[in-house]
Amino acid sequence: MNMTPEEQAEFTRRRKGRNFVVAGLLLAFVVLFFFITIVRIGGAQ
Amino acid sequence: MVRPSLLEGPGADMAPRYGREQKCNCRVERVMTTTTATQLPADWRDFFALTKPRVMSLVVFTGLCGMIAAPGHIHPVLGFTAILCIAMGAGGAAALNQWWEADLDAGMKRTAGRPLPQGRMDRTSARDFGVGLSAASVLLMGLAIGWLAGVILAVSIFYYSVVYTIWLKPRTPQNIVIGGGAGAFPPLIGWVAVTGDITLMPVLLFAIIFFWTPPHFWALALFVKSDYAKVGIPMMPVVAGEASTRKQILAYSVLLLPLSASPWFIGGTGAVYGIAALALSALFLALSVPVAFRRKAGDEDSMKPEKRLFAYSVFYLFALFAALVADRLLSVQGII
Repeated sequence: MNMTPEEQAEFTRRRKGRNFVVAGLLLAFVVLFFFITIVRIGGAQ
Repeated sequence: MVRPSLLEGPGADMAPRYGREQKCNCRVERVMTTTTATQLPADWRDFFALTKPRVMSLVVFTGLCGMIAAPGHIHPVLGFTAILCIAMGAGGAAALNQWWEADLDAGMKRTAGRPLPQGRMDRTSARDFGVGLSAASVLLMGLAIGWLAGVILAVSIFYYSVVYTIWLKPRTPQNIVIGGGAGAFPPLIGWVAVTGDITLMPVLLFAIIFFWTPPHFWALALFVKSDYAKVGIPMMPVVAGEASTRKQILAYSVLLLPLSASPWFIGGTGAVYGIAALALSALFLALSVPVAFRRKAGDEDSMKPEKRLFAYSVFYLFALFAALVADRLLSVQGII
């Protein structure tokens, strides 16, 4: 695929943005699952 | 109308870049444009837009209200998780809706700016995102909260994305009436997340949203009628005509008056909710009357009564469920 330098820059920007969002969501879910586990093990409802 | 199933195969991903598909059997042309166009990945904001955040806010709000109004207690972490699951499920269903209707959306002014008709995202990504988000929401709800809530969430997603979007919407003018059930699930799910069972109260909350949806949506359909007609969606004003739609709006508004107060009548809420429900529904009915007995003045008609009813209907649902929560909190505090 041939891209102009502008398209390449836009491609990189979008990919980087998506990667940051996915990383943030994964981290948030790790934290959420940790707390869910603590609550469920603790028997809280 | 070309459905996504017909767009599979080489070039399918790029098809939405060009908006509404033309009935030209131009497969060669499509493949050629696919190879020449630059395949930029969709921006994360487009994925967010795919979840219909404004609709989601109402879904989250009613789900939260159902949870707070339910008798019992849920740990804040689990409560947050349940609401997150409802939001994810609504977002997933919205993404699937837009995946299926991308070609229709491109033909309507109100929806033409969405990521798929604008060509900012390929159709396959939207479908995968919708399926992934929906599956994740059901699994998380089932594992963290309970499988009854998880199953109801799964049913609501299926109801919206398959029963309403794929089956009813293109076939019958009653699409909104039956499909309205999809939007009525959140308070039921919120309630079940707390109590673990289904009683009359959450069913009444479901019924309130179910009967609120037709007048809400038909008020909108009256002033965007030409858009729906253009893409061949059999909305009530398009099929049955404006006069019939206006009468039905009034009929549903009349039904909504006693129904909205029914949680009070059965003793499920206090007078704060009951009086608020009667007042809000009376105003809803009052705004429906001019819509019901009005004739459109012409193409330049600004449709003010219809727009006013639509705007009020959104406020109505927020206010009604806010009253439900206020009633519950005041009751818990021992104030009433």
